Amino acid sequence: MTDYPDSNGFFGGSDGYGGRYVAETLMPLIGEIEAAYDDARQDPDFNAELAALQCDYVGRATPLYLAERLSAHAGGARIYLKREDLNHTGAHKINNALGQALLARRMGRTRLIAETGAGMHGVAVATVAARLGMTCTIYMGAKDIQRQQPNVQRMRLLGARIVAVENGTATLKDAMNEALRAWVASVDDTFYVIGTVAGPAPYPRMVRDFQSVIGREARAQIVEKTGRLPHSLIACVGGGSNAMGLFHAFLDDPVALIGVEAGGEGIESGRHAASLNGGSPGVLHGNRTYLLQNADGQIQDAHSISAGLDYPGVGPEHAWLHDSGRARYVSVTDTEALAAVALCCRLEGILPALESAHALAEATRVAAELPPEAALVVCLSGRGDKDMATIIEHLPAQEADL
Amino acid sequence: MSPHHLTPPSRLAARFATCQAERRAALVTYVMAGDPDRASSQALLSQLPAAGADIIELGMPFSDPMADGEAIQRAGQRALGDGQTLAGTLAMVREFRRQDTTTPLVLMGYLNPIQCYGETRFLGDAAAAGVDGLIVVDLPPEHGAAFTVRARDLGLARIPLVAPTTPAERLPALLAQGDGFVYRIAYNGITGRAGNAPSGDMTSALAQLREHTPLPLAVGFGIRDGDAAAAVAAVADAVVVGSALVERLETQGQAAALALVRELAERTHRRDHSIE
Repeated sequence: MTDYPDSNGFFGGSDGYGGRYVAETLMPLIGEIEAAYDDARQDPDFNAELAALQCDYVGRATPLYLAERLSAHAGGARIYLKREDLNHTGAHKINNALGQALLARRMGRTRLIAETGAGMHGVAVATVAARLGMTCTIYMGAKDIQRQQPNVQRMRLLGARIVAVENGTATLKDAMNEALRAWVASVDDTFYVIGTVAGPAPYPRMVRDFQSVIGREARAQIVEKTGRLPHSLIACVGGGSNAMGLFHAFLDDPVALIGVEAGGEGIESGRHAASLNGGSPGVLHGNRTYLLQNADGQIQDAHSISAGLDYPGVGPEHAWLHDSGRARYVSVTDTEALAAVALCCRLEGILPALESAHALAEATRVAAELPPEAALVVCLSGRGDKDMATIIEHLPAQEADL
Repeated sequence: MSPHHLTPPSRLAARFATCQAERRAALVTYVMAGDPDRASSQALLSQLPAAGADIIELGMPFSDPMADGEAIQRAGQRALGDGQTLAGTLAMVREFRRQDTTTPLVLMGYLNPIQCYGETRFLGDAAAAGVDGLIVVDLPPEHGAAFTVRARDLGLARIPLVAPTTPAERLPALLAQGDGFVYRIAYNGITGRAGNAPSGDMTSALAQLREHTPLPLAVGFGIRDGDAAAAVAAVADAVVVGSALVERLETQGQAAALALVRELAERTHRRDHSIE
């Protein structure tokens, strides 16, 4: 199960998900990236440099932390948090940004571009661009720029140029459209660092591979701490890179995989970002996957209080894991995620990102149904400092629930 | 074409044969179906041939057109805002064919609305409506073989896009799935950038393409006025104009858009070009 996708970039065969659905201008380019990546991943020097930077620059390995008070509150299984929030730049995004930037440099590219939603991927790319001496342009929806000001300022401080994307819904999907358009016009010197496990092949596989360090570490850590594999893994899913990174090392293990989509105001409200729970298969951004779309195949607006999950698609490997039944995908609403932020702050002294809080909310539900011998591993994918404005705006309503 | 050939030449082949006989290039005009509304878009469509369009490229609106610049993005949003659907676009073609049975018409767009409609159903309905060819931006030959076979069975040309980045070794596979004409993208970028006259690179790029295919060669992207059209017409078999026309329609209305088509046709059709 771990050696997918096939040579055409499909997960689950040619009727499955993934592929390379891009304009002709980009086809030769993504072929070049795939060849360069397959060469790099087998090069000991490339892997040694990546490992050294992961250790000394990013701060890996990240801890696997037993959240005792949160576990006691849930009243069942022990909840372990994989602390990706403790990475340099505050989220799992740098695992991938670093890998792709090193590949870009190896290919002779001097300029990085990226899309960003919450800004965490944008900050990570701006950071590695600074570290490697490359120029950097970040495409970000105008609506997300409004709600993620601290990250916008950080990116500028790091030397990145920010392009505000006003078209469409002015969020992550439109930022990705615009980054793809900009890439088509600058193919000679520019590398597009896609931030999630989506896009044309080889991106879903490449991003998964760079993120799979999360699961490799977590698997060794949980076995060392508890003597066995966990009952379940739980991670939030927008595009799904932290979830794929956590899941991948466990795909062949008897461990339940639970992806948590952004339920927004509830699936039944139609205002959500849950492509697997409330969407259907289609083609967008270079890959076939589940999408939020209308009956005419037009992409619909996603909604989530969390900018990082506010995307109407999902990585194709998740689409395949969903259809095959290997992973289960649930949804958590805006309100439930906000409550989980407050809970994690009060019980553990950890401010999680709104994205990660979706996974925490589901974890407390799953834990309550399990005995104390069971262990859950939750990916705490990022820290919540960037979300303070949104959290403060909604906190009074949440206070009453605590 | 042999007089004993059982099938009549396609509208595309017939039009290119006419242009070749008249020693001139063809003008291909792109408009977005349903922009800004269905009725006026239908009216514009019906007047394009008389204004000098040899081939009509009709855009199928999509919410997320990743190869299009702002002019065509906005046109798609206007059309979708007015309720345009893929079924509506096919109905526009049927209506067009009631009065015009000779002007070739090709549909251009993205894969997702086609898959949502159903590929087989779409191809059947497009052929029945009188569509002559298809340009699907995000369906590369690697994933398009079955689609191409079904399209060909129905007499629909699959017009291949060739980019400046396309390496020579990729051309055989790309052109093997091509019919009708080849659409050479003028530059690396999205539609609607301010254009330049074709350089020596374009002349040699077209010469290289001619070594790989007998199909007519069209050049598009960034051709905004009569001068640019004339320059391309001197080296290519067809000139494609899209964003400039869509923008003229947006800012100055239908009469001005048709005036631009007449100007472009006049410069494209002059017989002083060598198109050997």
